[in-house]
Amino acid sequence: MTQRNGSALTVQGLNAFYGRAHILFDVSLSVGKGEVVALLGRNGAGKSTTLKSIVGLVADARGTRDLNGQDISSQPSYRIAQAGLGYVPEERRIFTNLTVMENLEVGRQPPRAGAPEWTPERLFELFPNLAEMRDRPGGRMSGGEQQMLTIARSLMGNPHTILLDEPSEGLAPVIVEQMARTITRLKSEGLTVLLSEQNLFFARALSDRAYVIEGGRIRYQGTMAELMADEAVRQAYLTV
Amino acid sequence: MDPAFFFIQFLSGLASASNLFLIACGLTIIFGVTRIVNFAHGSFYMLGAYLAYTLTAQLMPILGDVVGFWLAIPLAAAAVGLLAVLMELLLLRRIYHSHELFQLLATFGVVLIVQDLVQTVWGPEELFGPRAPGFTSFVVIFGFRFPEYQLVLIAAGPLVLGAIWLLFNRTRWGNLVRAATQDREMVGALGVNQARLFTGVLFLGGFLAGLAGALQLPVEPANPFMDVNIIAEAFVVTVIGGMGNVLGAFLAALIIAQLQAFGILVFPQITLVLPFLVMALVLVVRPWGLLGKPETTTSHGFAGDRPLRPLGRTQQLLIAGTVAILLLLPLVLGEYGQKLALEVFVYALLAFSLNFIMGAGGMVSFGHAAYFGLGGYGAALLVHHLGFGMEIALLAAPLFAGLGALLFGWFVVRLSGVYFAMLTLAFAQIVWSTAFQWVELTGGDNGMIGIWPSDWASDRTVYYYLSLLVCGAAIAFLWRASHAPFGYTLRAGRDSTLRADAIGIDLKRHQWLAFALAGTCAGVAGSVFVFSKGNIDPGSLAIPTSVDALVMVLLGGIQTLTGPLVGGAVFHLLEAQILPLTDYWRALLGAAILVLVIAFPMGIAGFLRDKLLPDDDRGDDQREAAARGAAEKGRAEAPT
Amino acid sequence: MSEPVLQVEGLRKAFGGVIAVDTVSFEVAAGRLFAIIGPNGAGKSTCFNMVGGQLLPDAGRVQLAGQDITGLPPRRIWRLGVGRTFQVAATFTAMTVVENVQMAFISHRRRLRALLPTARKLYRAEAMAVLERVGMADQAERQCGLLAYGDIKRVELAIALAHEPRLLLMDEPTAGMAPKERIALMALTADIVRERGISVLFTEHDMDVVFAHADTLLVLDRGRTVATGTPDAVRDNPEVQRIYLGGSGVEAAQRAMEARA
Repeated sequence: MTQRNGSALTVQGLNAFYGRAHILFDVSLSVGKGEVVALLGRNGAGKSTTLKSIVGLVADARGTRDLNGQDISSQPSYRIAQAGLGYVPEERRIFTNLTVMENLEVGRQPPRAGAPEWTPERLFELFPNLAEMRDRPGGRMSGGEQQMLTIARSLMGNPHTILLDEPSEGLAPVIVEQMARTITRLKSEGLTVLLSEQNLFFARALSDRAYVIEGGRIRYQGTMAELMADEAVRQAYLTV
Repeated sequence: MDPAFFFIQFLSGLASASNLFLIACGLTIIFGVTRIVNFAHGSFYMLGAYLAYTLTAQLMPILGDVVGFWLAIPLAAAAVGLLAVLMELLLLRRIYHSHELFQLLATFGVVLIVQDLVQTVWGPEELFGPRAPGFTSFVVIFGFRFPEYQLVLIAAGPLVLGAIWLLFNRTRWGNLVRAATQDREMVGALGVNQARLFTGVLFLGGFLAGLAGALQLPVEPANPFMDVNIIAEAFVVTVIGGMGNVLGAFLAALIIAQLQAFGILVFPQITLVLPFLVMALVLVVRPWGLLGKPETTTSHGFAGDRPLRPLGRTQQLLIAGTVAILLLLPLVLGEYGQKLALEVFVYALLAFSLNFIMGAGGMVSFGHAAYFGLGGYGAALLVHHLGFGMEIALLAAPLFAGLGALLFGWFVVRLSGVYFAMLTLAFAQIVWSTAFQWVELTGGDNGMIGIWPSDWASDRTVYYYLSLLVCGAAIAFLWRASHAPFGYTLRAGRDSTLRADAIGIDLKRHQWLAFALAGTCAGVAGSVFVFSKGNIDPGSLAIPTSVDALVMVLLGGIQTLTGPLVGGAVFHLLEAQILPLTDYWRALLGAAILVLVIAFPMGIAGFLRDKLLPDDDRGDDQREAAARGAAEKGRAEAPT
Repeated sequence: MSEPVLQVEGLRKAFGGVIAVDTVSFEVAAGRLFAIIGPNGAGKSTCFNMVGGQLLPDAGRVQLAGQDITGLPPRRIWRLGVGRTFQVAATFTAMTVVENVQMAFISHRRRLRALLPTARKLYRAEAMAVLERVGMADQAERQCGLLAYGDIKRVELAIALAHEPRLLLMDEPTAGMAPKERIALMALTADIVRERGISVLFTEHDMDVVFAHADTLLVLDRGRTVATGTPDAVRDNPEVQRIYLGGSGVEAAQRAMEARA
């Protein structure tokens, strides 16, 4: 199994609540070091809530979350980020009044052992578009450029693991293809990636393994190849 | 006139501009980051002056005048900064995600507490500070003597502006604060301790307000009215400049201070009103202030808003029972009891009319007392100056209030959210200033006395029934309107301006009419009130009365129709019982507001409703699914 | 050929020096579904909001069945027979589903200012009929804000249909929905508009939806028209493939069109 190198991220028995509503039920998953794992599911299945719970953005989330052997279950989100977890939200949430360089500055953290080290120059190499608009306010960028900036911004924290929430959502097909190449490149740099997706075609090209979530519960786990072979699971939960 | 004199006047304007800017600057920074309009900012200013008074008195004898004074000023500012930090830790952290109404009320609660605190510690008298060592003399400019210390003040404004600019644009801290202004949660997810960032911002804002107060001490004695006097102007400056914009605040402070410096030469009576007039004009041309940006929220509903339901059998019986009891009440109540009861009707109507625009329309008015007062003053003026009887006055005075609401409403409905709240407050201040300053007409501070009912209604019991009839009819009318298409149209606009516009609703026009209608009904309450008391004074339309009305609505529950009635009654009965017993009514009220806002945001009726009626007829599964969908989309908060 | 329902000529809009929409012209024929597609930031939403009245164009003209509606506020455009749905569904969340639709009827019959009748009882039957058509009648009494997102989208469609519009403007009608719901919602929309002869102008990112339903496509990039024409022509346009569709987009288009045939 891929767990051989040890696990970068392990979630066990995660239950999340919004007010009285129970959103996640005993979600458990793990991502091995250097792996790309997809969390697949429909809208409202619980993907975003799972990722938000991991990064500490859900006030009422119970269960253990372990990052590189460190218990992050009850840590505030900034501590979790400082422990080396990057988060790219679905809504992008770039700082529209800040320039590209200033956006990157917000994400800056000291380099850490065992994770690729990023500088703005290295990131501009990865995202050449951004290099041409260093002083442009985030609000004046297109959706695709904003998505690139969100990723670049969280890489500035030199994470060893990164969570990407539906990176292909709302992007033109060509940009989606470009996004796929970027993620592959990040993997080759040694980064661990947990990716939430509805777009099975996109996830298939990148991921080693997949979990399928539905109604707040994990319904399936296996390698990407196994999932692609399992017509029944795909029909039941993914409706492609 | 002498141009040199004008120049001196201009310099004085600059000095007061600096002072205004220092206060407004902290206010606007705090708003920019926390989205909270801090009513207590005037209290910070006042505390700055008082602390500087105490510190200079302590330090100057020990360290010598120069060192003692110039050390006391920053120390006072820092102490206020720490108090602001305390407020952030204890209060603001709990209400960052609350509706703006709760935030405004909560910080107003702090104002009330600080007022009593200051009076207890420093007493009610004015306290004169020392003159600033090194700047006690005059310079001669074009033959006019000009205080040196004013030059220090003039320099302080631009210096602070420059320092703030550097701080925000050239430091990592500033960069992070600007990012947090937009999305604090995301800043946290990027590894920044955003809670500490906010605390830092509160320190900065408090420090600046404290500094302004401390620097003002050599010019103006510390006194217990500094807070309310300055906060209204500081609001005006931040709003004109654009909420959250420091440079805008600087420009606005210049404009306001200069207009006042020269306005006083031309038309001294207008000085109290002038800033608010300027604000109204600026907002009509630029609804977000000179350098501000539009707010993006399109919904102004409250958490827990639900569809209106027809009255159930039990509720109908309850209402019939209440009416029956009210009709029989004079049989058991004495003179005082009847007076108290009819005041309850008055406040119930005041609260109900406020909630007509606030609950249904999502328009949070911080100046509803203006229309209550206009009704009262209208009646008093008709009786006092024109010799009309009560009957005419009761009919015409509400119309007078309605006309005022129609006039002011035309301006305010162009805005929404906190801007709406600020502008309603500003208009109420205009009305208050007029009542206060136009002594020949209104009797000024003393008000007017001897406004009694006509002979046939002068019996307490007769007037009780008359009040019940008039207030009851107004409430019934607003109740009907809430269930009618007009009320639904308001609710539609509150839920989604975008959707309302896209189904042909001219929202502003409806909001305007609603504002006028609510103002008229508040005027009914005011005119009934004045004949019960026999007199009226400017207190009836001051900010505290507007806040009382808000507290009544909040106490009862915004999201229900019955809530404001319950709230008005409970509030007034409590006030009547407790006020005579304590010297700390304000602090008590302030504390009560904080408890309400933090622990019972649904109010009494809302709390009962949530206990008695489940929020939807569906099973848990479906609610979960909806909540999950909402959570996943990052849309509104999940139903609770 | 009959007069087009919507005619857009030389539409232009710039924001702070950046040209968002640059001289765009197109026509929507009666009873047709017309899609605007293109990368993010291509100017689709800007274009859309100028047609719907949310934005004022710098230049150009918008005509509805021959009548100039350029620069009219949305509420006036609605009264002329244009229904609208939004990218993030906009409904009256604290009202019931049926009240949402009743509001549209109350507005249409110009009774918004009535102070005496009970709103809940007005035009209920008419509103229920529309809800029936979009499959939401059984949830009519529920609070709109508590519905699942796919259902909210249906309510929005019902509101937009209430005054029997001749044109529907749908900004990313299926954004934020699951693939199966997307297809279902667009199929429903297509059925309704075809049976009633309503025209539709919509933007969309989901190529399966676009190529399954649109009669005509307009492709925008950086505010300019890149291509316009039938789904076949647009799919096969090399420029469109390069800047927008890519390999996966063409695949999706192919899939959708086969399903359609």
